[in-house]
Amino acid sequence: MSLLDFARGPALQIAIGIFCFGVAWRLASLIFMPHTRDLTPARAGALPGPAAAVREVFRRMWPEMHPTGGNLFTTVNGYVFHIGLAIIVFGFAPHILFIRSLFGVGWPNLPTPMIYLVAGITIASLLAALGKRMSSPVLRLLSTADDYISWLLTILPLLTGFAATSHLIEPYPDILAIHIISVAAFLAWFPFGKLMHAFIVFVSRGTTGAHLNHRGAQL
Amino acid sequence: MSEAQTAPPAKDAKDLNDAEFAAATNKFLALIGADIAAYAEACVRCGQCAEACHFHEASGDPKHTPAYKLVPIAKAHRRAHSPLGWLGLAPQVSRDDLAHWEELIFDTCTMCGRCTIVCPMAIDVSSMVAATRQAFAAAGLGPADLRAAADNSRDRGSPLGVTAEVLRDRIEWLSDDNDVPIPLDKEKADVLLTISSIEMMKYPQSVVAMAKLMNAAGANWTFSSEGYESTNFGFLSGRPDIAKTMVERMAKAAEKVGAKILVIPECGHAFGVMRWSGANILGRTLPFAVLHITEYLAQLKREGKLKFNPYDAKVTYHDPCQISRRGGATQDARDLLDGFATNFREMTPAGNLNWCCGGGGGVQAMARAADLRHKVFQIKMDQVAKSGADVMVSSCANCRLTMDESAGHWHWDKKLESLIEVLADHVIEQGTTP
Repeated sequence: MSLLDFARGPALQIAIGIFCFGVAWRLASLIFMPHTRDLTPARAGALPGPAAAVREVFRRMWPEMHPTGGNLFTTVNGYVFHIGLAIIVFGFAPHILFIRSLFGVGWPNLPTPMIYLVAGITIASLLAALGKRMSSPVLRLLSTADDYISWLLTILPLLTGFAATSHLIEPYPDILAIHIISVAAFLAWFPFGKLMHAFIVFVSRGTTGAHLNHRGAQL
Repeated sequence: MSEAQTAPPAKDAKDLNDAEFAAATNKFLALIGADIAAYAEACVRCGQCAEACHFHEASGDPKHTPAYKLVPIAKAHRRAHSPLGWLGLAPQVSRDDLAHWEELIFDTCTMCGRCTIVCPMAIDVSSMVAATRQAFAAAGLGPADLRAAADNSRDRGSPLGVTAEVLRDRIEWLSDDNDVPIPLDKEKADVLLTISSIEMMKYPQSVVAMAKLMNAAGANWTFSSEGYESTNFGFLSGRPDIAKTMVERMAKAAEKVGAKILVIPECGHAFGVMRWSGANILGRTLPFAVLHITEYLAQLKREGKLKFNPYDAKVTYHDPCQISRRGGATQDARDLLDGFATNFREMTPAGNLNWCCGGGGGVQAMARAADLRHKVFQIKMDQVAKSGADVMVSSCANCRLTMDESAGHWHWDKKLESLIEVLADHVIEQGTTP
């Protein structure tokens, strides 16, 4: 079995299995924890809880330009690498082919030069995020090993994918295999670290949205 | 007047015996339900909350970052509910952790909720800190003066020693001195009014002002010597048994007089606890509405039952966090000021985004936090200066006391007033002409 066969086969299959099981387990463990029932009457005009939860999930996707605080660099940079990652994962032709092979659905791809540009910006953005994390006293205090592992496992697929598609490193099958293995590592780590926030964000935003809407608080 | 209990010596977390330490760790586990678990797992450690927190902004100390205050409860959650924890590989909350975080959990969080606005994951840090305080308190930890305030509330009826007897004496005195009828222990009334002992002991004219406004509106109201104290230091100190006692007293008094409305005076946390947790603490729905005094008076004004002569001072309004940002009653104070305060101006930011006074969440009661509170007040002084106001009014006696003390510390040249007192000074009483 070649390295590429291993990457495309057992490595990716096991990683996807860990990803699916891990995500399901973590979400289920949250959903099945005890919930408290709120006996206080809602403020007049409050939305039903589920509607308020959904509203809060989407409302917070839009940047708020209010003077509440928060760091402008972190806010802007966060949008840049999240959107960049989404464009690369869902807009690059080989990725769409892979998704079609798994789920049978696909969509038109973005031009490859555009993907290169976005990948460059996203890599720069992730490097800037690391720089900020290592230089800010607040972020240094808050950071754990999870932050650095998650960062590394996010940037590695970008770097290896960039190297593979631009043929910066040869032979191509080997660098492609390394790219796929880096994706497998990302997927396998996903449920166990902060990357899981991609799913938990719906729970935490929804919970707060429902609670504060019940009070009539306008966030 | 009876003397309030003095504070017992503070306990050092490092000296906890095994039973006390176990009480803290067990309490963490008992409190971690779906909401807290989601919040504990959600933090991406982006640090956005730092610049939204008045304590961090005032001190510049990274330890004051709200997300850092989540660490003990998140650690307890991981230990109990993650595979690494099951294998014994996730670290356990230690005595050193409790010692390190005690000041951060009690002294440097007013549970104002400003960090939640800016958090991309919408983590409700306030509820996490409230739960963490309960775990600390289960081991007997927490500032001695905060614990004493809770003990006083349970044993003497109020944190500042306002027993039922003191209440009767002071109401009689205030009523006589000001020639304002103040009903106490009426058999039946539509509205039960409560006090914050800060008002009764430090700002007694606020009690007179409330009575004057209630009388002017023609409300059928009373105080009750069986349930009068609205502040809840049981909640603030993390002691749910005392929190329940305080809520129960008010609920029983309201039920006894057949009140349709229980009115919380100018106190943000008192409103937050009774309105948004009272029924949950008792485990039953309440047969009366709970309104903050600004909500109730705004309602009376909208109904045309209260009218005011104009107030011409250059005035701004400080939003108490638990009434506005976390209470949903931001607009009511403004409805009261509308058409009354002719020279009103907002601070920036105001309303739901307002900066906290620095003394909410029981922090006002902690003597050791005074220096930090004074630093926080510099934010407010700057806001007021930029607004051009000469007077800042608020609808929370705790905010007022916090800011009064800091104003004295900095020799601030502006005036601090109670919204209710200003309204009472300008109310048009029945039989008088504007």
